[in-house]
Amino acid sequence: MISDPAMPYPPSANPSPVLDDDQLLHVSLGPQHPSTHGVFRMNVVLDGETVVSLKPVFGYLHRNHEKIAEGITYLSSMPFTDRLDYICPLTNNWAYARAVETLAGIEVPERAEYIRVITGELTRLINHSAFAGFFMGDMGAWGSALMYAFRERELILDLFEELTGARMMSNFMRFGGCRSDLPEGWAARAKTLIDGFPAFLDELEKLLTGNEILLARTQDIGALPKETLINGGITGPMLRAAGVPYDLRKSRPYGIYDRFKFRVPIGEKGDCYDRFMMRFLEMRESISILQQAFEQLPEGEYINPKAKLRSFKPPVGEAYAAIECPKGELGFHLISDGTFNPFRYRIRPPSFINLTLLEDMCLGLDLADVVLILGSVDIVLGEVDR
Amino acid sequence: MTPDLPTILTRLQATLPAAAVAHRRNPGPSGQDSLLVAPEHLVAACRFLRDTPDLDFDLLTNVTGVDWPDPAKADAVAVPVEETPPPRGGFLEVVYQLFSTSRRAGPLVLRARTEDRQTRVKIPSVVEVYRSAEFQEREIYDLFGVVFTGHPDLRRILMWDEFEDHPMRKDYVAPDDYEYEPTPHDAVLEKAKPHYPAAP
Amino acid sequence: METPETNTPPAAPPSLTEWSLPGMGLLKGLAVTGANMVQSFYRKDRMTTIQYPEQRAPISPNFRNFPFLVYDGDDAMAGLRCTACSICEKECPPQCIYIVLDRDENGKSLKRPKVFDIDVSVCMNCGICAEVCPFDSIYMDGEYELATQDRFGDLVFNKQRLARSTDYHAKLRPVQAAAVAASRKAAEDKKLAAAAAKEAKAKAAAEAKAKADQEQPAP
Repeated sequence: MISDPAMPYPPSANPSPVLDDDQLLHVSLGPQHPSTHGVFRMNVVLDGETVVSLKPVFGYLHRNHEKIAEGITYLSSMPFTDRLDYICPLTNNWAYARAVETLAGIEVPERAEYIRVITGELTRLINHSAFAGFFMGDMGAWGSALMYAFRERELILDLFEELTGARMMSNFMRFGGCRSDLPEGWAARAKTLIDGFPAFLDELEKLLTGNEILLARTQDIGALPKETLINGGITGPMLRAAGVPYDLRKSRPYGIYDRFKFRVPIGEKGDCYDRFMMRFLEMRESISILQQAFEQLPEGEYINPKAKLRSFKPPVGEAYAAIECPKGELGFHLISDGTFNPFRYRIRPPSFINLTLLEDMCLGLDLADVVLILGSVDIVLGEVDR
Repeated sequence: MTPDLPTILTRLQATLPAAAVAHRRNPGPSGQDSLLVAPEHLVAACRFLRDTPDLDFDLLTNVTGVDWPDPAKADAVAVPVEETPPPRGGFLEVVYQLFSTSRRAGPLVLRARTEDRQTRVKIPSVVEVYRSAEFQEREIYDLFGVVFTGHPDLRRILMWDEFEDHPMRKDYVAPDDYEYEPTPHDAVLEKAKPHYPAAP
Repeated sequence: METPETNTPPAAPPSLTEWSLPGMGLLKGLAVTGANMVQSFYRKDRMTTIQYPEQRAPISPNFRNFPFLVYDGDDAMAGLRCTACSICEKECPPQCIYIVLDRDENGKSLKRPKVFDIDVSVCMNCGICAEVCPFDSIYMDGEYELATQDRFGDLVFNKQRLARSTDYHAKLRPVQAAAVAASRKAAEDKKLAAAAAKEAKAKAAAEAKAKADQEQPAP
């Protein structure tokens, strides 16, 4: 069926040449435990302890968000985007706002762009530090690392609560800017927090990265060649860990990211250890972006005064816009027929598409590694099932 | 960087039959024009775009399914550049967004249309060129009912296997007993009432 | 083809395989957890949990949870600012607002809601209703302990239950309420001034007319 030898598909077409089917073990892994990333299920076929086939099963959290969005106004979809990847609602808001701005040709004032970068990079810190904790959970070390990460996350969430009114369901971005300006003294408090954040990262790295069990469990696990990863549509830290310097903030610059000096960390092998380290390196770059943003933060409008809030109606057309959210490329494809509701509202969810190669990564490994690899993909089921 | 669409169009027309690809203008401010590709040449077009070194569109980011019951609307969103006869009935459409990671170019938008919405709904699968289409094509099959020929594993992905309709189609009618939630509007409650026994 | 930005050297990752004496990494990690445990007895930032409901975390003044309706004056139902324009009903993402416009016996709009219900079991606290309201009438509350024993009835709030005085608003969100009061006062003053100007103009016109009538008495 597939003629391209570089992309053999499906990898599990002829599972084990030695054993026939009644000697294989079929395990339904999920829809809960695999370290509780959510209601995700994998139908795994095992030969002893070795994975010979793995089929993901989706849809337990499916609520057809795209259909709902077709029946409500453009603005009304904004709070629903919070619920996609609920660890990082602000980047979801940003991606959607950007798509609508591309669709309707709305300019964003400079200060609003800075507020977006600040909230977006703080979200990256939240996501990546929580990832480190959850990844330990996948390995069996549930507890300390996650709680330390949550302790720091709480401080950032306090800032978000003050700025947006809610800790997680922020609903903050608007077409042409943000909903409100930074409160009095917010920037100073956020800056103090950011200045203290590297110390926490040092602590977390001291706790984890030298750990022999972690090294033994993660090195050379789940690596794939970079051509396969690109072909499989993998984006975000997963792709960069394999050595592809593809970061939307650099490769398809949006907003004001061209004003900051930062590096795109890339890994060597693309195994679980590289993916894990990638998050730490990215957090350090995020801190540097945040410090530059607070230095440059200009005065001005936080929302384009010409942008309409009520009865917003973009012209006929279509637009695809994406941002680099912590998990990869989060894009929105909107089609407008000139009415108050979108004709088509499509989300390109990074978590969902990053699972495309899950089977390829797991084949030939032990069952325990499957949970680890799933953890290294960093999925949130709210986004996978939409 | 937006790709140079006229050049790509000319080169595609040189490799494929000239009528297989047409330029479609985007009337909105986004300026993201697209190429309408005849379904039977879609895989060849993708292969050409991926394997030609100076094009190198190696990343298929997004695949969107669209249901167009009214073909005039479809032509208003993707305006034909050359004079073309308008399609007679509604159809389903699949939109592909391609990027090049090495050249940092994109999005290159391809679109392919089925013949109608009921029976002739086949489009060749591009999974053999881009693995990233695997789950997204399954999703479009599930929610829109486009049948991707040559897809290695075309099953429902988000809805359960026994589900029969395609919920993202514009004429989909939700079943009336799917949730029992007394909202102030009570429309849902009224619809759901016959399905639940009256309280004693 | 675009040239890559000069400040993007493909960052060299740190040495990813840093093995030391076996067991040293584990011990280092244990030292971190040990330090955290000891510090939790005397450092406030290390002991972050509190005993709810005896202790409560401070709530930010911007915190939003469920909408309420503002009324002017003392009579809640007569003073409601809401004009039942249904903008919030249309923009509400989960469609949890239900409004019926009040009409007199001739079917003329009285510009006030007959029914204003919010199903708080459906409401997701997004605050869009408060944002789009052009009449300064709906705002977000900060109340969060709203558990009831009746899942359906007690969670549909009617307009009596939603109404809050302007004092409540001023206490809850002083900055926002002050800004709203100022802008309403300015609008009111403008309206009064316009009315006064109109009256004066009418008066002047009447006087001029009377004068003209006097000068040219009717035959």
